[in-house]
Amino acid sequence: MHPAIQGLLTIAIGVSACVGYFALSNQFLDKVLFPAKGPNAGRNINRANLIRPWLFLFPALFALGLYLAYPVFETLRLSFSERIPGGGYKWVGTDNYAQMLDDRKFKEAITNNMLWLIVVPAMSTAFGLLAAQLTDRIRWGNLAKSLIFMPMAISFVGASVIWKLIYDTRPVDQDQIGVLNAIYLALGGAEPQTWLTIPLWNNFFLMIVLVWIQTGFAMVILSAALRGIPEGTIEAAIVDGANPFQIFFKIKVPQIKNTILVVWTTITLTVLKVFDIVFAMTNGQWNTQVLANYMYDNLFRANDWGVGSASAIVIMLLVTPILVWNVRNARKEMR
Amino acid sequence: MAGLKLRGIEKTYGGSVNVLKDINLDIEPGELIVFVGPSGCGKSTLLRMIAGLEQITGGELTIDGQVMNDIPPAQRGIAMVFQTYALYPHMTVRENMSFALKIAKKPQAEIEEAVNKAAKVLQLEDYLDRLPKALSGGQRQRVAIGRSIVRDPKVYLFDEPLSNLDAALRVATRIEIARLKEAMPDRTMIYVTHDQVEAMTLASRIVVLANKGIAQVGTPLDLYERPENEFVAQFIGSPSMNLLPGKITGTGEQTTVTLDDGGVAVSAIPTIDADMGKTVNIGVRPEDLVETDGNAIFEARVDITEALGEVTLLYFESEQGQEGLIAKLPGIHKELRGKTVRMTAAPAKVHLFHNGQSMRR
Repeated sequence: MHPAIQGLLTIAIGVSACVGYFALSNQFLDKVLFPAKGPNAGRNINRANLIRPWLFLFPALFALGLYLAYPVFETLRLSFSERIPGGGYKWVGTDNYAQMLDDRKFKEAITNNMLWLIVVPAMSTAFGLLAAQLTDRIRWGNLAKSLIFMPMAISFVGASVIWKLIYDTRPVDQDQIGVLNAIYLALGGAEPQTWLTIPLWNNFFLMIVLVWIQTGFAMVILSAALRGIPEGTIEAAIVDGANPFQIFFKIKVPQIKNTILVVWTTITLTVLKVFDIVFAMTNGQWNTQVLANYMYDNLFRANDWGVGSASAIVIMLLVTPILVWNVRNARKEMR
Repeated sequence: MAGLKLRGIEKTYGGSVNVLKDINLDIEPGELIVFVGPSGCGKSTLLRMIAGLEQITGGELTIDGQVMNDIPPAQRGIAMVFQTYALYPHMTVRENMSFALKIAKKPQAEIEEAVNKAAKVLQLEDYLDRLPKALSGGQRQRVAIGRSIVRDPKVYLFDEPLSNLDAALRVATRIEIARLKEAMPDRTMIYVTHDQVEAMTLASRIVVLANKGIAQVGTPLDLYERPENEFVAQFIGSPSMNLLPGKITGTGEQTTVTLDDGGVAVSAIPTIDADMGKTVNIGVRPEDLVETDGNAIFEARVDITEALGEVTLLYFESEQGQEGLIAKLPGIHKELRGKTVRMTAAPAKVHLFHNGQSMRR
């Protein structure tokens, strides 16, 4: 069968199964389980109405439970166990965590993640705010915005490939195709550098990729927030004698403070989970390891489900408080 | 003490859309000038041009003898109160009021003194540490006024400051502004509104704007008693002045007009022989009409009566497409509904317009 027909068939079956489930289960509830007739008609209607929401919610709850909640508990369980060669597993308590904490690469990953956590959200938000403000009133502002936003549409891996070309290094006697090396040599650098292998600096070269992607996101959200500032407050500040910098920092930024925080934390969440960029560009070599890639290394390369799951739990614990705060703040914003 | 001179002021958008043209106006120091006009007449635009928030595309603006066309708003010696209050939402009342002085790097002691003084005048002392969102509409507008007072500007600009308040608060705040003006007799104020009660009660002079220009400038009573054209005649006063078409049939110290509908009106406005036979509109305010047994300006059936207590409005039947005539009689006269009455007015109360312009010389 042609794959397209297969796909359409799957969609058709899926949709009709959904419709069928809701229609038939509803009928079953009203006609068979609690029929709205006989001596207990009133009671039956009430009972049916009590059950109906759960009936309709069930598919969603089941899917969420299976694909989101169950993996969390399973990962937690795995993080306290160890695979026995040849099949089966045994409980090992917190051994996996102890082993992980002793691992040099884990410490490196934690340090790097902290660095990412500080640099990327700060720079993305700052650049996004700058771009939003600068493109606000000019005629070609929308074009500039589209260009800045475009990296958002590129996958992390695609972005990594692009930036790998920018950081590319060729032997000394060959023409350099990497833009960074070209600039470096043009400015009087002695010989081409292998940028991604220079410790500490290479971390920043990786971060720039994510900043490049996230700036567009920050810009779009902050641009909308800037537009939402009442024009009157800005005019009042002009009459009050504020210069453009004072208007920006004392009138505009304080009024969109909450949006800035939401943008900041949203990017923080992305940063905590950063994996693709590191995986595709350095794979954690030369002191660029991060938590998500560390987890992947242990779980799928070393086949060590214990330490892999333990590191996954650590990532989740780091993300959770920020996530909770972010959701609360976003809800407050909506009210 | 600062007077303003507007010479040939013009506003065009994109080089073609004409909003205001050739505005000439002298505002004396210490005046409270009110700009009124129908919506879209450019009154707010004119105020914003004086403030420096809109570019002046033609003509010259001087404040206190200095050309201000290209001077930034903060250096024009003006302060503005906005219709939407435009308070800084993230600052307390105190911070809102001291912002301009802080920007100007005034010493802290001076700022505090100015803020406390303004807060006392506006009865805002108890609210100084609140955020604007914790204030009522009237309090917010007082903070907005306070924000301009602390700067002690030479010229105050008010852009429809009361239109976001409810009716009771509007009257109270209006009186407060009148008091404020009295306390600062040497400060010039320019006030934009579409509400003619505000205009009549506050203004030392009113500027009526219409058709991209000034229709008339004068004291409130000037505009009421001696409107220079039909637009001002109908714009000032509520309900609007009645206009009836006719021809001049008698000239001299008093002018006799025979109306197209057969009535006869006598106006105290003198005319010369050359005016004989001219087509004119006579104007009579509803409150100047009285019932009569003798010569009537018009005779018509009362369609609807509206008893307002101290006065009754009579709406007369009109032919289709014509604006109905209205009379305002003191007392309650519900019994007149459906009856045909004869109305006239004292000669001094009858206005004469030829080609839309008053015939008063």
